[in-house]
Amino acid sequence: MVTRISGERGVEIEGLSVWYGKKPALEGVTLHANRGEILGVIGPASAGKTTLLKCINRTLDFVPGARWEGSVRVEGLDVRSVSDAALRRKVGMVFPLPVGLPLSVYDNVAFAPRMAGIRRKAVLDDLVERCLRQAALWDEVKDRLGMLGSRLSGGQQQRLTIARALSHEPEILCLDEFSIAVDPVTTMRIEDVLVELKADVTIILVTNLVQQARRLADRVAFLNAGRLVELDATGAIFGERPREKMTFDYVRGRFG
Amino acid sequence: MFTETPLVRRKLSIEAATKLAFGAMAASMIVPLVLIVGYLVAKALPVLSWEFVSAFPRSNMKAGGILPAIAGTFYMVAISLAVATPIGVLAAVYLNEYARDNWFTRVVNLAVVNLAGVPSIVHALFGVGAFVFVTGKPCILAASLTLAIMTLPVIIASTKQALAAVPMAFREACWNVGASRWQTIRHIVLPNSLSGILTGVILQVSRAAGETAPILFTGAVFFRRELPASVLDQSMALSMHLFSIATQGGQVPETVQYGTAVVLLGLVLAVNLTAICLRIYFRSRKKW
Ligand SMILES: Nc1ncnc2c1ncn2[C@@H]1O[C@H](COP(=O)(O)OP(=O)(O)OP(=O)(O)O)[C@@H](O)[C@H]1O
Ligand SMILES: [Mg+2]
Repeated sequence: MVTRISGERGVEIEGLSVWYGKKPALEGVTLHANRGEILGVIGPASAGKTTLLKCINRTLDFVPGARWEGSVRVEGLDVRSVSDAALRRKVGMVFPLPVGLPLSVYDNVAFAPRMAGIRRKAVLDDLVERCLRQAALWDEVKDRLGMLGSRLSGGQQQRLTIARALSHEPEILCLDEFSIAVDPVTTMRIEDVLVELKADVTIILVTNLVQQARRLADRVAFLNAGRLVELDATGAIFGERPREKMTFDYVRGRFG
Repeated sequence: MFTETPLVRRKLSIEAATKLAFGAMAASMIVPLVLIVGYLVAKALPVLSWEFVSAFPRSNMKAGGILPAIAGTFYMVAISLAVATPIGVLAAVYLNEYARDNWFTRVVNLAVVNLAGVPSIVHALFGVGAFVFVTGKPCILAASLTLAIMTLPVIIASTKQALAAVPMAFREACWNVGASRWQTIRHIVLPNSLSGILTGVILQVSRAAGETAPILFTGAVFFRRELPASVLDQSMALSMHLFSIATQGGQVPETVQYGTAVVLLGLVLAVNLTAICLRIYFRSRKKW
């Protein structure tokens, strides 16, 4: 194992526990994601994968009755010490259900930069085009940027959501089952983009498709019932002898 | 091939019968409106003229027009909404967008609900105690403020409802990209709830114009020769005027009473029609 210094760590999570009301959703999870890598997160339903992401940009605050303990650091900063807006501009977040804001395609992508104070049309135009290209959506919408985002197809809206998550030039990008509403060909194109992006952005990829984690991730974390079962290089997790038998069973679809 | 079994046929006839019954009930709502409007207009026809809405009353209100009453109603409604709308909308934005679910919020919500249920005559007594006490004598301002207190809780409730109709997912999508609460409200929530907010406010116009009790002791007078010169003057008002001439025991000709009623009803219907048009306009631009 290479030991890394903490400056290279995009996200560091230590002893993270989360409760929804009295019910624990995560218990003492410790893991980190390095810059320049894709960290895959896999695990069965209700393992706490989405909950983990919600702690990184503190959207857990929106859930009434939710409470968390432990430490979450983004780019070396404790997420509790920065403002919501600053934190969320650092962290791009793509949740499984696409949300097209009731704005035009262009305005959907330009929304975050505008809120951050960018007004110049030329700058916005460039940014919108770059983000839509990265989300593999540009060719389909370049002639109708004025159309309502919510009139796009489900898969297009999902890519619009990805473009929006990239629009504030985040240093961390979290994706939660992004391919759930996207066709296989487009999924492949977005996957290629993720591989390109990882040079600049720390990527955390939550997925129910273990093969997607296998294709893309450098390291993979396996969560089950709120606990981190195993975190290792992708090769080891999908290899003949991961440390835990449970991991072996899960990645081969023989679980439970 | 699809064949109609007896069971399917029975289901279809029940379906048709229920639809007819419900439809008839809905259609029956038109009847009272048509009857009321038709009856009033027929009775009022002899007095309805330009003079009736643009002249002062003459010979003990038995002839002439009702201009001072129209003007008074206009002032009172305008001032009351100018006061109630900003307060109500801002309060509703706070309650729906910022407030956490704590005891303070619950107390405010409880106050809103209960205030909306207070009978208008009680509002009138409160107006006397609070506003007339301050202004020294009944006046347009006191009457308007009483109407504002009366319409406020309904404006808050309807605005909250309009805001709540904007899907939560939109707000979360905005917060996720680092927009502040106010930016989210300003750019996403308010533009998409404007039609509901406006409709709620406009419907309160007709309510404020129609109520008699709240202005009875606070600023409306039975008869006044001139138009009000300031908000500290008393003034006639349509609802009050109608109430007084109708209870005068036959001295004022029936046609004048019905004429006043038609003018009041016409104003209310015109305002409601505006609300409906606004709603249609905004719905055509609805974005999700
Ligand atoms: N808003 C909430 N209120 C209460 N409990 C919640 C809430 N969100 C999640 N939970 C609970 O927390 C646990 C973890 O949920 P989470 O959404 O993180 O799972 P997940 O790993 O993302 O599952 P999936 O693969 O199905 O998306 C579950 O038991 C779930 O019921
Ligand atoms: Mg999930």
